[in-house]
Amino acid sequence: MKGFLAAVGVVAALFVANALFTGAFGASLAMSPYVLQVICLAGINIILAVSLNLINGFTGQFSIGHAGFMAIGAYASAFVTVTLGDRLRSILSFLPRAGQDGAILLAALAVGALLAAVAGFFVGVPSLRLRGDYLAIVTLGFGEIIRVFILNIDAVGGARGYSGIPKLANFFWIYLFAALTIVVVYRIVHSSFGRTLIAIREDEIAAEAMGVDTTRSKVISFVVSSAMAGIGGGLFGHYLMYLHTNSFTFIKSIEIIIMIVIGGLGSITGSVLGAVLYIALTEGLREFSQYRMVVFSFLLIVIMIVRPQGILGHREFASFLTRRRRAPAVPPAPLEN
Amino acid sequence: MALLELSGVTMRFGGLVAVNDLSLALEPGQLYGLIGPNGAGKTTVFNVITGVYTPTSGTIRFDGSGIVGERTGRITRRGIARTFQNSRLFGDMTVLDNVKVAFHCRQQADLPAAVFRAPKHSSEEARVDRESRDLLKIFHLEAAAGERARSLPYGSQRRLEIARAMATSPRLLLLDEPAAGMNPHEARELMDLIRWVRDHFGMAILLVEHNMKVVMGICETVHALDYGSTIAVGKPVEIQSNPKVIEAYLGGA
Repeated sequence: MKGFLAAVGVVAALFVANALFTGAFGASLAMSPYVLQVICLAGINIILAVSLNLINGFTGQFSIGHAGFMAIGAYASAFVTVTLGDRLRSILSFLPRAGQDGAILLAALAVGALLAAVAGFFVGVPSLRLRGDYLAIVTLGFGEIIRVFILNIDAVGGARGYSGIPKLANFFWIYLFAALTIVVVYRIVHSSFGRTLIAIREDEIAAEAMGVDTTRSKVISFVVSSAMAGIGGGLFGHYLMYLHTNSFTFIKSIEIIIMIVIGGLGSITGSVLGAVLYIALTEGLREFSQYRMVVFSFLLIVIMIVRPQGILGHREFASFLTRRRRAPAVPPAPLEN
Repeated sequence: MALLELSGVTMRFGGLVAVNDLSLALEPGQLYGLIGPNGAGKTTVFNVITGVYTPTSGTIRFDGSGIVGERTGRITRRGIARTFQNSRLFGDMTVLDNVKVAFHCRQQADLPAAVFRAPKHSSEEARVDRESRDLLKIFHLEAAAGERARSLPYGSQRRLEIARAMATSPRLLLLDEPAAGMNPHEARELMDLIRWVRDHFGMAILLVEHNMKVVMGICETVHALDYGSTIAVGKPVEIQSNPKVIEAYLGGA
């Protein structure tokens, strides 16, 4: 019941904020389109970063293919609205306009998430046998294969890009899904299944010896994470109304990795912070014009020197607010032999 | 019928024969010691039983069914749990969570139940929490439940390894040098604890140990290996006076 009330509260707050930002309460209260767009892209980054953290941070499997699954979700859901949008709208004509938009968006995102999850399964099953660098290279490869594959599908625009996507996503939907992603990842991590993921990160051999089906756990976390990336991609396409495969190169995957590394691998709030910080820095540094990326890279280096474990490390933000109990003094562990 | 039965198990790594034609049988509830000088193949025997290695030849039967070729996790779910010679705890997890992970393989609630916080999930979490704390109490670790496993003193880490293995509800527990690095006092306490655990939970224990006091003190049967081959099997007193065993440890005259 408490959870239900909280959910209703979040939806209401997002709804009001959305109306406020877009000028429904008067143009003077509206946010500039540029700032609003940056905030919305930050929300999509949160979805991507938090979902990638499930694989890279909590399960400890280094994947560099997140942009590929984002692309599948983006193109699949855009294809649904472009080809079936009008038909769906006539079926839903009894709903008000915003309701029609929302229903079509949800249907499109469901298709995008499903296809991304299927792709995640077929990529994950063979590649999750590999560890460390090898897994990173294979996922990088699959990410690029997906991108080039889409680039050659003429039905979604090919190299011209995919235009004519209706603007169905807005601040409300993006942050609703960001909140949903955070809640789902939090609940997965704080469950019996989530403990097996963290155990795999800590010591895969010991996890297997404790009866954990490590392959199953890894594949499930990969599939869930891919589905969430698909939703992030779907929102991306329906917000910008245009897609091009250049948005989904491995550079995009690296960007998401940077977000979770600076925020702290294995910290959900860290990923949120990293995602917001990333876009705040890249946008905020625009006044440096051609030196922008130099300054940005320099700041990343400083963060990594000062906080090599990421800004929040493995911990969640709330754990910094509650005063930590002083650990009892322990004698130093004697060396073996 | 024997709980665990190895017959003619050989493990070759290239030209090296780590385990040579090993046969042994463990009855339910038995405390069985495996001894031998460094490099005798004791840990390899553990790795072969738990499916980390597939033996070059021979058969392993657990509770009547062959387990050669099965994955480690599957074998654990059948009821064989182990500890590691060099502690392999989940260092960044709390002591309590280390034990809870091992409970997972006996749990029913699945991922959707966790995501939707179904009542089944909550009640099972509460049960696992209670049982994990009970296990920690047995191993004198309840005060450290919230600590990270990495920050535990060495002796406690060794005990946590056993507690974690116990959480999988094994019928056979493989302990790989549980007393390694312990002082005589700690080793004696551990010995009592192992015997108590066996009596209380009734599982069979296969113990690899260098500390002769521990092995001779608690095992009913001792099996001596040297260069992968069996040199003697018998009661502790017989093994202690066996000339072959003495020669393997101290060298021939």
